[in-house]
Amino acid sequence: MSNPTVNTNSLGDSETKAGDPIEKIGGATATYVDQRLGSNRFLGRNLGKVFPDHWSFMLGEIALYSFIVVLLTGTYLTLFYNPSMAEVIYDGSYVPLKGVHMSDAYASTLNISFDVRGGLLIRQMHHWAALIFVAAVAVHMFRVFFTGAFRKPREFNWIVGVALTALALGAGFTGYSLPDDLLSGTGLQIIRGILQSIPLVGTWAAFLVFGGEFPGDDIIPRLYSAHILLIPGLILALITVHLMMVWTQKHTQFPGPGRTNDNVVGYPLLPVYMAKAGGFFFVVFGIIALIGGLVTINPIWIFGPYTPDQVTAGTQPDWYIGWLDGALRLMPNWESVIFGFTFSWNVLIPSVIIPGILFTGLALYPFLEAWATGDKREHNLLDRPRNAPVRTGIGVMAIVFYGILWIGGGNDIVATAFDLSINSLSWTLRIMLIIAPPIAFVITKRICLGLQRRDRDKLLHGYESGRVLRLPHGEFIEVHLPLNEKELAVISGKEDLRVLPAPAKADPDGVKNKMYPVQNLRHKLSVFFLGDNIEKPSQAEIDAGQAHAAHGAELEAPLHEYELLDQDPVGHGGVLHHPGMAKTNQEQIDQRQ
Amino acid sequence: MNDQHGTELEPTELGSTELGSTRPGYSPIAPISHRSRVTDTDPKAARRAERQVATMFMLSMVFVVLFVIAFIAIDKTTVVYIPVLGVVGASNVALGFTFGVSVFLIGAGAIQWAKKLMPDVEVVQQRHDMVSEKADENEAAANYERGKEESGFARYKIIRRTLIGALALFPIPLIVLLRDLWITPAGESPAELLSTTMWKDGMVIIPDIGYEAGKEGTADELGIRPEDIPVGGLVSALPIEIGLLKAAKPNLIERGKASIILVRMDPSEIRSQQGEGWDYNGILAFSKICTHVGCPIALYERRTHHLLCPCHQSTFDLADSGDVVFGPAARRMPQLPIGINDEGLLVAKAPFADPVGPSFWERDLT
Ligand code: HEM
Ligand code: FES
Repeated sequence: MSNPTVNTNSLGDSETKAGDPIEKIGGATATYVDQRLGSNRFLGRNLGKVFPDHWSFMLGEIALYSFIVVLLTGTYLTLFYNPSMAEVIYDGSYVPLKGVHMSDAYASTLNISFDVRGGLLIRQMHHWAALIFVAAVAVHMFRVFFTGAFRKPREFNWIVGVALTALALGAGFTGYSLPDDLLSGTGLQIIRGILQSIPLVGTWAAFLVFGGEFPGDDIIPRLYSAHILLIPGLILALITVHLMMVWTQKHTQFPGPGRTNDNVVGYPLLPVYMAKAGGFFFVVFGIIALIGGLVTINPIWIFGPYTPDQVTAGTQPDWYIGWLDGALRLMPNWESVIFGFTFSWNVLIPSVIIPGILFTGLALYPFLEAWATGDKREHNLLDRPRNAPVRTGIGVMAIVFYGILWIGGGNDIVATAFDLSINSLSWTLRIMLIIAPPIAFVITKRICLGLQRRDRDKLLHGYESGRVLRLPHGEFIEVHLPLNEKELAVISGKEDLRVLPAPAKADPDGVKNKMYPVQNLRHKLSVFFLGDNIEKPSQAEIDAGQAHAAHGAELEAPLHEYELLDQDPVGHGGVLHHPGMAKTNQEQIDQRQ
Repeated sequence: MNDQHGTELEPTELGSTELGSTRPGYSPIAPISHRSRVTDTDPKAARRAERQVATMFMLSMVFVVLFVIAFIAIDKTTVVYIPVLGVVGASNVALGFTFGVSVFLIGAGAIQWAKKLMPDVEVVQQRHDMVSEKADENEAAANYERGKEESGFARYKIIRRTLIGALALFPIPLIVLLRDLWITPAGESPAELLSTTMWKDGMVIIPDIGYEAGKEGTADELGIRPEDIPVGGLVSALPIEIGLLKAAKPNLIERGKASIILVRMDPSEIRSQQGEGWDYNGILAFSKICTHVGCPIALYERRTHHLLCPCHQSTFDLADSGDVVFGPAARRMPQLPIGINDEGLLVAKAPFADPVGPSFWERDLT
C-alpha cells in the first residue's frame, strides 16, 4: 500500500494461473478499477467475510430476491400497461368482454393477459413475487423478533425493517389497485371510506387523493406513480441501508460450538456463501416463474371492469390486507357526533388507530425491552425463543391477535363453510380478539419456562437416554448420557439477566426520591420480563453434571450390546468380549482388582 | 492453491488449527469437529458431483431454447387441459415452465457445487465493538468544536434563530402545492357534493344498465312500472338522467352516489319508514351504497327483509326504516321517497334526505 506503483498483488496476478487469458483480463480490469476507486482495499477486506449459516437466515434473502423479481417483472409490465381511466371499448382476444366499456387501465391489463405473449406469465410472476415478498418480510421479521436479533447494536436496522414492512404493504395495495377491475375498485372505495373517517381533515383528504368525488379519473395515474416510482424507490433505498448495516455489524449467529459473542463462525463470502446465496437467488426466481406459469392469481377478467354500483360477493383481498378487512368487520358500530362533527369510530379505530398502534409498538419494541430489562450489552449471539419467555409470549400474542383479525376478514367464508350464523361468529371473534391473545401469552410463557427447566436438567444430569436399566439389586434406573458438543454449547449459550433492584422511596437521609414512580415502573417491568427466569447452572455445576452423566454412561456402556455378546465376539473400546468375559467396564474393573 | 486448500480440510487437523495463524485470504478454521463428505474422500464421488452440476447448467441452456420455441410456436389463444390445473392457456404454462426450470437449474447447480465441492468447513472471524476508538471520538469532537467556533454558530444568536425559522418554513410550499390535487370548481365544497345526488322530484327510475355509460331512450322505454317488481324481488336502479352523463367520469361518480335498490314487500310487513308514505304500494327505494365504507349492496333476504353488505356484513332491515341490525355500519340506509308519475312510471318524489355512503366529518353539520 505504501508504494503506489506496486500492483503485483492485484487480483489475477497469482503465478499459478498467469497463463489463463480470461484471468489476465480480469486481473487487468481489477487493477484498472482499483487505480481509480481503491476497490481492492474493500475486496481484500471483504471477499473473505464470514457469514453464519442457519435456515432462518434465508428468510431475509427470500425477501430480497423476490423483491428483485418484482422489480424486473414490474419494469416489463410498465411497457404494456396504461395507467389511464379514459373510457375505451374492449376489442381484444377475450371474447366475453368484447364491446364492453371499460377504463384503459383495465383494457391494457386484459391485453397483457391475453394478447401479449408471455404477458400473463410476467403479470402472474409479478403478483406471486409480491405475495412472497410480503410473506418473507413478515416471517423474517418474526425471526428477528423471536431470536432477539433486534437488540443492541441492531435497533436501527429493526426500525428500517418496520418501515420496510409498512412500505411493502403500501406497494402491495397500490399495485393491486392498478388493473382497475371490480375487485380492486371496491378496495379503493373502502379506502375512500377510511379516509373520510379521519377527523377534521378526512373529507378533504379523500377529495384531494381522488381528485374530487369518488372514483373520478385521477386515482389510477396517481397510484401508478406511487407504485412504480415512489414506493419502490424508498424500498430500494431502505434495503440498501438495511444490508449495509448487516454488513458492518456482521450477521448474528445462534449459540453453538466455537461460537461466542465476539466472533462469527460460518462460511466465507467467496466462494461458498456467494455460490449458495447467488444460487438461492436463481432458485427463488425459478420457483416464482414456475408458480407464475402454473398457478392463476388475480384473474381480473372474471371480475369485470369497475363501476361503483356493481358488487362481487365472497371475494377476498390479498392476504396481507385481510387483517385490516377483518378489523373493519369485527368493530362494533360506534359513531358519535360531538359539537356537530362526526367521529366514525367504527371505521377510524380498526383502519387507522389499531394499525397505527401496532406499527408504533413494533418500532419501539427494542427500546422498551432494553429499558425494562436494563440490558445495555451488545448481542451478537441470538436468543433461543424459550430463553426470553415474555418476549416470545408477546410475539405469539401479536400473532394470535393478527390471526383472529385475519379469520374475521374471511368470516363470511368461515360462516358458510361451517354453517354458522355470521352474527354469532362475529361475536365469538370479537370476544376472542380480547381474551385469546392474553391466554396465548400465558400458555407460551409456560411452555418456554418448561423448556428452560428441561434444559437446566440436561445441563445438570445429561439427557435421558430412554433406556431403563435394572440394577443387580433390583432397582430400576434410567440411564442419563452426557450432551453432545453441539447441544451442550447451544443450551449453555443461555444468558441470564437479573431483575432490576426495587428503588427506595427516599434515600437514607429522608430526601424524597423524585424518580420513584418511574424507577418503580421499570423495576416492575423487569420483574415481568425476568422474574420467572430459570437460572442456568454455574459452569462448575454443568461440568460436574456432564462428567457424572459420562461416568454413568461409561459404567454401563457395552450393556446395550449385551444380547450380541453371547453370539459373536464384539469389539468394544478395544477389548474383545467373549461369553463369560466382563460385560461392562465396571465388571472389568472389578475382575481386575 | 486448490490442493493446499484440500489439505486444510482434513478433519484431524481441524481442532488443532490455531486462531490467527493463517495465510492472507484464509480465515482460521473453527475449532469444531467436522465430518468429511464422500466428495472429500472419494475422487469418483467428486467427479460425479462435478458432472451433476455441469448437467444442470447444460439443461438450463436447453430449457432456454425450449422457451424460445414455445414462445414462437404456441398460439396465444390455445388452451390445454392439465390435470390439477384444469383448462389453462398453453402458452403461459409452457413459457412459465421452461423459463422457471431454466432459471431454477442455474441456482440448483450453484448450490450443489457449493455443497458438494466447495469446502464445507466453517471458519471464524472476530467481531469488533461498534463503538469508535477514543481517538476517533476525540477527533470528531474537536472538529465539531472547530466548526462551531469558525462559523460562530454559538455567538451569532440572531443568525441561528432566523436560520432555524427559515428551515422550519421551508417545507410549507411543498405542502401548499398539494392543494390543487383537486381543482375545486367554484362554489363546490366536499361536504355539499357528498350530500347531494342526481335524484329530485319527478326523476324517473330506470333499471341498472350494466357497464354502458350513456344509454339513451325515452322514459317510456326505460322506466320501471310498479308491476315490473315482484313481491320479494330486488331491482338495482338508477335515475334516468344518468344517460345524459356521457363521459365516464361524471357517470361513474353519479353511479357511486345515486344508485338505488327497489324492493317490494306486502305493505302490512312494513313496520316503519324514514318518512310517511315514502313507499309506493309496498315498493321501497333505498340507497345501494353501504353507509359503512361504501360498498354497493344487492344481497337481499326476502323473508327477513334484511339487506346484507358483502364487504363487512352490515345488515339493514328494510322493513324497519333501513335500520342497522348487525355489523359495523353505524347509519341506517338512506331511503328515497318514491311514487308514480302520470304515465304510471316509478319516480322519485324528493332527493335523499340524508347523505348517502360512508360518514364524513361534516355530515351532521347542516
Ligand atoms: C424489504 C424487505 C426486507 C429485506 C429485503 C430484508 C433483507 C435482509 C437480509 C438479506 C438480511 C440478512 C439475512 C437475514 O437475517 O435474514 C436482513 C437482516 C436483518 N433484517 Fe431484514 N429484510 C427486510 C425486511 C426486514 C424487516 C421487516 C425487519 C424487521 C422489522 C428486518 C429486520 C432485520 C434485522 C434487524 C436484520 C439483522 C439481523 C441479524 O443480523 O440477525 N428486515 N434483512
Ligand atoms: S361497506 Fe358495507 S359493511 Fe363495510
